[in-house]
Amino acid sequence: MQADSASNSPGGLGVEFVQFAKRYGARFALRNVSLSIAPGECVALVGPNGSGKTTLLKAAALLIRPTAGRVQFSNANSAGGQSFSSDMHRSQGLGALAPEASQHVAVSMTNGTDSAAVKRYIGLVSHSTLLYDDLTAEENLVLFARLYGLDSPDERALAALEPAGLAARSKDLVRNFSRGMRQRLAIARALLAGPKLLLLDEPSTGLDRAGQQWLGATLADLAAAGCTVLMSTHGAGEASAFVTRAIRLLAGSIAEDSAVSGDARGMLAAALAAHQEA
Amino acid sequence: MASAAHAMETKKMGMQALATFGVALLLLVAAYCALFVAPNEATMGLIQRIFYFHVPFGWSAFVAFAISFVSSIAYLRSRAPKWDWLAVSSAEVGVPFVTVMLVTGPIWAHPVWGIWWTWDARLTSTFVLWVLYVCYLLLRTLIDEPERRAVVSAVFNIFAAFDIPLVYFSIWFFRTQHPQPVIGAGGSLDPRMLDVLLLCWGATLALLALLLRQRYRVEALRWEVERLRLESESRVAAPHRFPALNRPIDPKGRPA
Amino acid sequence: MALARPIGILLAKELRTEFRTRELLISTLVFVLIVLVLFSFTFDPTTVESRRFGPGLLWLALLFAGSLMLHPSFTREQSNDTLVALRMAPIEPVSILAAKILANFCFLLVAELVLLPVFAALYNLRIVPVLGRLVAVLVLGTLALSIVGTVFAAISSQARMRELLLPLLLLPLLTPALVASAEATAGLFNDPPTLAAVWVGVLAAFDTIFLTVTWLFGEYLLEE
Repeated sequence: MQADSASNSPGGLGVEFVQFAKRYGARFALRNVSLSIAPGECVALVGPNGSGKTTLLKAAALLIRPTAGRVQFSNANSAGGQSFSSDMHRSQGLGALAPEASQHVAVSMTNGTDSAAVKRYIGLVSHSTLLYDDLTAEENLVLFARLYGLDSPDERALAALEPAGLAARSKDLVRNFSRGMRQRLAIARALLAGPKLLLLDEPSTGLDRAGQQWLGATLADLAAAGCTVLMSTHGAGEASAFVTRAIRLLAGSIAEDSAVSGDARGMLAAALAAHQEA
Repeated sequence: MASAAHAMETKKMGMQALATFGVALLLLVAAYCALFVAPNEATMGLIQRIFYFHVPFGWSAFVAFAISFVSSIAYLRSRAPKWDWLAVSSAEVGVPFVTVMLVTGPIWAHPVWGIWWTWDARLTSTFVLWVLYVCYLLLRTLIDEPERRAVVSAVFNIFAAFDIPLVYFSIWFFRTQHPQPVIGAGGSLDPRMLDVLLLCWGATLALLALLLRQRYRVEALRWEVERLRLESESRVAAPHRFPALNRPIDPKGRPA
Repeated sequence: MALARPIGILLAKELRTEFRTRELLISTLVFVLIVLVLFSFTFDPTTVESRRFGPGLLWLALLFAGSLMLHPSFTREQSNDTLVALRMAPIEPVSILAAKILANFCFLLVAELVLLPVFAALYNLRIVPVLGRLVAVLVLGTLALSIVGTVFAAISSQARMRELLLPLLLLPLLTPALVASAEATAGLFNDPPTLAAVWVGVLAAFDTIFLTVTWLFGEYLLEE
């Protein structure tokens, strides 16, 4: 289906944290984090609660004004350059992410235009569902489809519900959904605009077996399309099968990076063991 | 090195004491002038002399709030903490000054007009001014996270500052429609009275500067303490980043 | 303007959410009615006094109702962190605020228009001859309440004691708008009805100034 492949247009965003720090009053959530993620990588973030995983994900989503440092995005060339540019020109009219060249876009919170251009391609699945309880599943997705400037938002919304297994409940208020269904809708929402950077905060939470399989299949598709994935996980679930790199955070800084130590699988297993102990 | 720092501290404290003494002296001189040097007012007698404090404290409060306003804007643009320190310090010093003005008003009014309070334009507007900045300070106590507190209160400060001229104008115009007795109404000012008034204003401005500086320093010190605490905490929490500092300590103090 | 589209989308969402439950609307209506009736117990309004006090009381009741009702603007967004979702979208943050201001303006205006005939009946005021001008004053005054109220709802949603904080911050700041609206409305019920240009000017200035300040600084309230 043409609509589907356009919604997962090839290529991913590279993310780079340059000496990023975030402090909340008496506590440093992230301290001097420097991290470079290439387009298309599937990175797992592991670490105990409170180590800064959620903050790192939010920072990548441009939701946080840094105490120090910055976040940069880069856009690698890809074979599917055509569909990339046509989506772009229609949505935000920008020069910063021209598909021809690989460019670094340093994004600061105050720079509205640039950050809007990048935000278009970022999807986030968070601890909270980020959904309106008083709207139906369909209305939620249509709202975000419109906000992201997608063509034919109504059709895109309905099309997104289908693979998530929620098409039958499209007219129901989200308030009446089960935890698992909300999580699936939240994931569908993140995928709606065809993200090039997908940020997931413990996405398997609340999902049943079928939901986890769907998540795994979706991540497989995204990986094939070259989308960059940054996922916080406790080491278990279907999602972990696609991980190419693992990063362990401890007290707001990077304790271990499999790009250096070379053992992503090992780190995931260790994280799972630690989590099951706790 | 410790003694040099100590010497500097002592010198600072000496300057501080000198400044305090100077301001106290200035205030005494101003009070003396207000009580004895200024000419007698035609109708009101002795109590009128309170005017020499009622008005200057009000003017100085406005100066304080203006500083607070400008600092709030500066903070929002630069996010440098020092502007937040200045914003809260000037508001905190300004509020007591307005309180003095609000209290001296009725003290003046009662012997002269027989009433404690009148909803005249100036008093009412000043009362709203007082409430607004008390709300600013209250808002600050209700937000725990320092950066959020600074940003949110700065926005409120800006709203309050723009509101002040509107408050004064609308209440003034309202009073022209619905007149009430006015405390301290017009009449031209004898030049000697003006001189004393300006002297008193100078004294209150000096007091403002002194208090402001002290309060600012307290805020800066708080920040420094917090920073030091965080630094030491980070050595404990993220030991993998400070391997040299986290080696086991030899009880005899020898390096490991 | 590029902002009109996201504001329109978000406004539709706000309106849809509210009209689905109608909680706020009904609460506001009932609250204002109760306040108006209670006022009549505290002093006994003869016709002449009604005309003098009535308009002021109406605006006071609206102010109280507004300061309670504007609160959910932002607390509603906190339950599922939906504000985060809006901030992630490729839209200017100030459009989120603008949409909420417009939505609150609509709700308040609808409540007022429903209340108007009731108010006129309770206080024996003839609104038909001055209806056009009365609505104009209502619009300007309600705009003042919604602009400042929405911004302060954003402020108080980040503080402790938020339910108490919103009226506390709002009422002193809205003093000029209250005075101007009450006086302008009262003028319309004089014989002959006059619409004082000064008060309309004050309201217009109030609205313009605070809309501009919101435009310049409002987005900082939404950050993390």
